[in-house]
Amino acid sequence: MLNNFVTPDLFPVIPEIFLLTMACVILLVDAFIGNGKRWITSFLTLLTLIGCALITYLTMDGQVVLTFSNMFVDDLLADFLKLMLYLSMIVVVIYSRDWLAARQLDKGEYYLLVLFATLGMMVMISAAHFLSIYLGLELMSLSLYALVALDRDSPKATEAAMKYFILGALASGLLLYGMSMVYGATGTLEIGGVAQALHLGVANKTVLVFGLVFIVSGIAFKLGAVPFHMWVPDVYQGAPTPITLLIASAPKLAAFAMALRMLVYGLFELAEHWQQMLLILAVLSIALGNLAAIAQTNIKRMLAYSTISHMGFMLLGLMSGTVGADRHFALNAYSSAMYYSVAYVLMSAGAFGVILLLSRAGYDAEHLEDFKGLNQRSPWFAAVMLAIMFSMAGVPFFVGFFAKFSVLLAAVDAGHIAVAVFAVMFSLIGAFYYLRVVKLMYFDAPVDAAPIVASPDMRFLLSLNGAAVALFGIFPDALMSLCTYALLRSL
Amino acid sequence: MMTLSLSHYLILSAILFAISIVGIFLNRKNLIVLLMAIELMLLAVNLNFVAFSHYLNDAAGQIVVFFILTVAAAESGIGLAILVVLFRNMSTTHVDDLNQLKG
Repeated sequence: MLNNFVTPDLFPVIPEIFLLTMACVILLVDAFIGNGKRWITSFLTLLTLIGCALITYLTMDGQVVLTFSNMFVDDLLADFLKLMLYLSMIVVVIYSRDWLAARQLDKGEYYLLVLFATLGMMVMISAAHFLSIYLGLELMSLSLYALVALDRDSPKATEAAMKYFILGALASGLLLYGMSMVYGATGTLEIGGVAQALHLGVANKTVLVFGLVFIVSGIAFKLGAVPFHMWVPDVYQGAPTPITLLIASAPKLAAFAMALRMLVYGLFELAEHWQQMLLILAVLSIALGNLAAIAQTNIKRMLAYSTISHMGFMLLGLMSGTVGADRHFALNAYSSAMYYSVAYVLMSAGAFGVILLLSRAGYDAEHLEDFKGLNQRSPWFAAVMLAIMFSMAGVPFFVGFFAKFSVLLAAVDAGHIAVAVFAVMFSLIGAFYYLRVVKLMYFDAPVDAAPIVASPDMRFLLSLNGAAVALFGIFPDALMSLCTYALLRSL
Repeated sequence: MMTLSLSHYLILSAILFAISIVGIFLNRKNLIVLLMAIELMLLAVNLNFVAFSHYLNDAAGQIVVFFILTVAAAESGIGLAILVVLFRNMSTTHVDDLNQLKG
């Protein structure tokens, strides 16, 4: 037994190894430099993320490679999602820097926790085994809990951290319980092995469906879908804005990958069961998210409810892959869900970026009134916010429109016409609160006339972000075909 | 003498799991009780894994338990640290006092 240990193939995990090594190096470097030289830590963090992106890009060969006794998979889907992940983490670090520095919060632990959260998400994206999914998820979640409590003297932030911690731990517990049931029924923890056992029909169906309920609730908790959404608004509002930006962006990509790996790769034979569960989650999320957002005066809380409705749309795409029928439709449905999560990350990063841009030392642009008259203060950034709000509302020729369009198309193809009509109705209701922000920016007089100060790299990146929201709306095919191709080569 | 079968273990762990869920949702008193409920939930899962692992004759389930125990330790470390910070800011560990974020 002992002498058949095989050294795992380390080639597919080079990005993870590089990130971990660099995180340890940065930990040491940061301990030796003083508080005044935090830019070194920040610079090294960015360099690490760029290095990871280069490694992932250069080692991308489109092959599906399993390593570590089938616990870790490197395929085109993982590479694509990881590149998006690095990109959004780079954006998060650059957007956050000034905000944190103005409040003396740019400590070394911020950058380290960001790197460890990134590592956790990378493991989640590449997981091919229930254990690696769990470990990646916990590495990400534990870092995020600590990040929410980064501002130790803020009662709101600590309350948000506590709520996030309790509900996050509950979600992990539910997920694990479901995994244990699937393990009991199939006798294996490998996702490929589970799929094989289900295909052969040797597993006990009752136990499997019982476990599936817990797995779907765990995933729904992590995504923030109704009825498991109660942490989302509180955490978004209470956390420091850069952390809200972080929670609202990259983890959604990782959660999408986790859902795809477990439900589609592992439990596809049970699709008729989980599709119904996802349908209920999607319908409730779209309805409640859009209705509750109307009543909000705090823009972070409003964007939290908007996240809930966006996750509903994403789940709508994920549940539209028809079973047994044309494989082409299933592929379209999953790639529309993937496109939706990438587009969502792009929009959400931009929206929180504008909130960070308008904030300064001792003042947070958290309320809707703070956006009044933004057009007079800075026409360019008002236009960026306009693009993002239009895109989130689903106005044509912004990226959000094509994301919604492709998801709805997939839902109609799968025969859920009533659901698609319902989703369109509620996104019309949702357009109200997005357009309210636009109205405040363009037609109201500014309450706060202070000039907008931001570092040039943040201005540049935020402009690029706004431009990307508009450009991917005019040329949606590029991103869409990338998503489809990555999925096609990995299924 | 009654022999213990797999379903006995599963029922026990389901009861433990249910107690912890109830503990999280019905407890309106102390945050520390919530942390205990979370630990109990992970232990219920561990029991499940060990029982399945024994009856399937497959060691993988027991290895998972080691990982879950380790992660649970880290998790309660973070949870207690957040609790300490919370107590410093609000001088309370009551669940009902966590009411600043609403809407």
